[in-house]
Amino acid sequence: MCTHHTEFAPLEGSAKGRDGWFAVTQAAVYVDHPYHAQLEHSVNIDFTAPGLGPSARVAVELTEESARALVGAIEAALAAAPPGLAAKGGQSRNDTSL
Amino acid sequence: MNSNIDSADAFTSGTVPLPGHDGDEIEAYVARPLAAEHRGGVVVIHHMPGYDAPTKEITRRFAAEGYNAVMPNLHFRDAPGADPDDAAAASRARGGVPDARLVGDVAGAAAHLRGLPNSNGKVGVIGFCSGGRQAFLAACSLDLDAAVDCYGAFVTAHSPDGFPITVRPVVGLAPGLSCPLLGLFGADDKFPSPGETAELSAVLAELGKEFEFHTYEGAGHAFFAVNRPAYQPEAAVAGWERVLDFFGRHLSDG
Repeated sequence: MCTHHTEFAPLEGSAKGRDGWFAVTQAAVYVDHPYHAQLEHSVNIDFTAPGLGPSARVAVELTEESARALVGAIEAALAAAPPGLAAKGGQSRNDTSL
Repeated sequence: MNSNIDSADAFTSGTVPLPGHDGDEIEAYVARPLAAEHRGGVVVIHHMPGYDAPTKEITRRFAAEGYNAVMPNLHFRDAPGADPDDAAAASRARGGVPDARLVGDVAGAAAHLRGLPNSNGKVGVIGFCSGGRQAFLAACSLDLDAAVDCYGAFVTAHSPDGFPITVRPVVGLAPGLSCPLLGLFGADDKFPSPGETAELSAVLAELGKEFEFHTYEGAGHAFFAVNRPAYQPEAAVAGWERVLDFFGRHLSDG
């Protein structure tokens, strides 16, 4: 089925796409038919910068298990680092060891 | 030696501009026989993943079978010139293809077909997946000669329980269905489920509309899609025979 439903997250960071690195501003997350993965449905994530045009996109298509593993890995990586280390301005604000 | 191919099965294909909804210029992929004999035309509605290579291949198949065929790029306005996957993502991020725009783009494609020198004036429409619903929508909104809905969901159903599907059902437009409808579905499909297609069948029968539905055992959603694991050759081969028989009866001269 085509779910027609999309979740969005505002992003701040960078992604490397077809034409190199760009400042990514949005993630679109949806469960629907993939374009490339040999799956009926997949968890699709588009890292995009709409202001730079439709080709500024890094796309991933994952199984549900992979998507949950990814969420867990992100949470685990954040938990293993000092709180706020990757927050915007977190290093200069919180880390006085440098 | 003459290198031109002028046999009856010769066709040409490529991208053309055409006026779509509101007169907007969009791009479309055209495949049309070179022979001058008059023939019917087919508008191919691509699935949600976009104006992609497999759907262009379907468009060429109709030309190889003797039809003029055109597939409008429904995502063109969202991402002109972009790769079809990027364009599909951009379209989705903007909320998808509005129904009114779809109808306008199919109308533009149909007008293009009717304007070809070898057109007999008859135009059918076929759509796959989300395009199945859109084929029904177009056939209920435009004056067409035949329509094929390949496993289009959300024609009658609102959404799976508790899930926030925003696409509206279009069964209420059924009184306006302008042409015979062929529906091809998979018995193992959940969207549309056999229950949903039976509901549509009942509505069309009540209205006295001309239609025929075929549901293939052992097939799920997207059984025509040769590049996907859903491909089910028995259903796809039988389905293509149904499509060509149906268009042969409704798009030929006379």
